[in-house]
Amino acid sequence: MNWELLLHQVLAGLATGGIYACIALAVVMIYQAIDHLNFAQGEMAMFSTFIAWQLMNWGCPYWVAFVLTIAISFVGGLAIERIVFKPIHDAPILSHIVVFIALFSILNSSAGWIWDYTIKDFPTPFGTRSLIGNGLISAHDGGMIGVTLVLLALLYLFFRHTRIGLAMRAAAANPESARLAGIRVGWMVALGWGMAAAIGAVAGMLIAPVVFLEPNMMIGILLYGFAAAVVGGLTSPGGAVIGGFAVGVIENVAGTFIPYFGRELKLTIALVLIVAVLLVKPSGLFGRSVVSRV
Amino acid sequence: MSATLLEAKGLCAYYGATQALFGLDLAVEAGGITTLLGANGAGKTTALRALSGMVRVAGEIRFDGRPIAGRPVEQIVRLGIAHVPQGRGTFVRQTVEENLQIGAMTRHDHTEIATDIDRVYGYFPRLRERRRQQAGTLSGGEQQMLAVGRAMMLRPRLMLLDEPSFGLAPLIVQELFDILRALNREANVSILLVEQNASLALDLADHAYLIETGRLVIKGPSRDIRDDETVRRSYLGY
Ligand SMILES: Nc1ncnc2c1ncn2[C@@H]1O[C@H](COP(=O)(O)OP(=O)(O)OP(=O)(O)O)[C@@H](O)[C@H]1O
Ligand SMILES: [Mg+2]
Repeated sequence: MNWELLLHQVLAGLATGGIYACIALAVVMIYQAIDHLNFAQGEMAMFSTFIAWQLMNWGCPYWVAFVLTIAISFVGGLAIERIVFKPIHDAPILSHIVVFIALFSILNSSAGWIWDYTIKDFPTPFGTRSLIGNGLISAHDGGMIGVTLVLLALLYLFFRHTRIGLAMRAAAANPESARLAGIRVGWMVALGWGMAAAIGAVAGMLIAPVVFLEPNMMIGILLYGFAAAVVGGLTSPGGAVIGGFAVGVIENVAGTFIPYFGRELKLTIALVLIVAVLLVKPSGLFGRSVVSRV
Repeated sequence: MSATLLEAKGLCAYYGATQALFGLDLAVEAGGITTLLGANGAGKTTALRALSGMVRVAGEIRFDGRPIAGRPVEQIVRLGIAHVPQGRGTFVRQTVEENLQIGAMTRHDHTEIATDIDRVYGYFPRLRERRRQQAGTLSGGEQQMLAVGRAMMLRPRLMLLDEPSFGLAPLIVQELFDILRALNREANVSILLVEQNASLALDLADHAYLIETGRLVIKGPSRDIRDDETVRRSYLGY
């Protein structure tokens, strides 16, 4: 066993795992609010990343473009909910799926149309040198882990310790009862979309230097994000985050150490994980079946 | 004669194409307790849902003289109408205290909210003991207390209660009704109470309405209805 290689793969896994965790969290937030999986989550993140690239191309410094992109994505997510999903919120599941697919292909093809399909370099603000020792973890991987942890901490504080965070949790948990408490449930759902889009934007900008920027960059990552969300249990934001890190580490370690798996079959791991977890525990590892007594 | 706080005229309610209320006239006096009685499926819950904007309605509803029919639930609640729904509407994953804070979500007077949470705990000491507990783990009676507490946090002028005694032991029901009486007297909260337990409701309320299949059967002072042998025998079953 090569322990240094293992440690290297675990750290790299945590770095990409943080991205999966963000995507999974965004998926779970929208799922909690509207009971549907947002298939377009990855494409929204990809589009946001192109906006950041465009801003930098126009001369914005990295962190200015970073913050602007988050703000633009938030407004964009909010607008998507208000314009597209609010009118159909009572519609059956198939209508939702059709709209998600439409959103997916509109975002994908308009990104291709505006910015074309050639692969673009996306800069990292952290540099590419080694952070510790001889290539154990790169500065960008370290930065990815750092930014992800800060983002997750901020979200935790927001949901646990602010009134609007509590209102959003109430609206997602029991919309009818939340309305009877005077909470504007529709706006809480829209806010959830805005935040999910913003989280996706951060994930997209962080992973773009690794996978390169192009309209299909997020498809594999969304699959891992779904795997993370399912492993964690779609009802548990904390579970989604842990699931994200777990999927990242498993993917990297298995890809390196299991013979014949190689890089080619890495993506299969996500699907195997989804199926395996669902077989053993249909509500996901951290998905709670509600405790209640009557 | 006291002023009318809530008044409905010719109130009709619809679930999709099905009509469940057929031109109900109903009034709640300011500072009073009114009860709405009727058998299963009579339309009691529907009447409360119609008043707080949860179902499609036709007809007129006035709260404090203002027309409110057709307004969204959130707006009606913000006028000071707290609705304790059938089934209690507990936020099961949130703690007891978070449930109370949710009830105060429309308010911005932070120090007073803390005072009011304390006041609720004063009425329901058992909730104070369980303040950090997930609300879904409370007993039925405790959840009912929590639902009333959550409604109190709105500082409502009118409270709509849908079968608050449902599933509770007689002793706990008595306790709850004492608190409702105290709320009415001390905090000047007017009450519209839906109940299956007619004798208990008639004891508490000063006015009563009896409905059947979405239509009014009889109304009047509680005492008169309680003393009317035919009504009692044929509708209230005691
Ligand atoms: N969501 C709904 N969709 C269609 N019809 C409904 C719905 N809810 C209630 N109804 C119908 O409306 C009528 C009145 O129901 P409602 O729930 O108001 O009765 P209730 O007096 O509250 O009865 P209970 O004492 O059993 O709670 C019933 O005939 C019922 O079948
Ligand atoms: Mg009912």
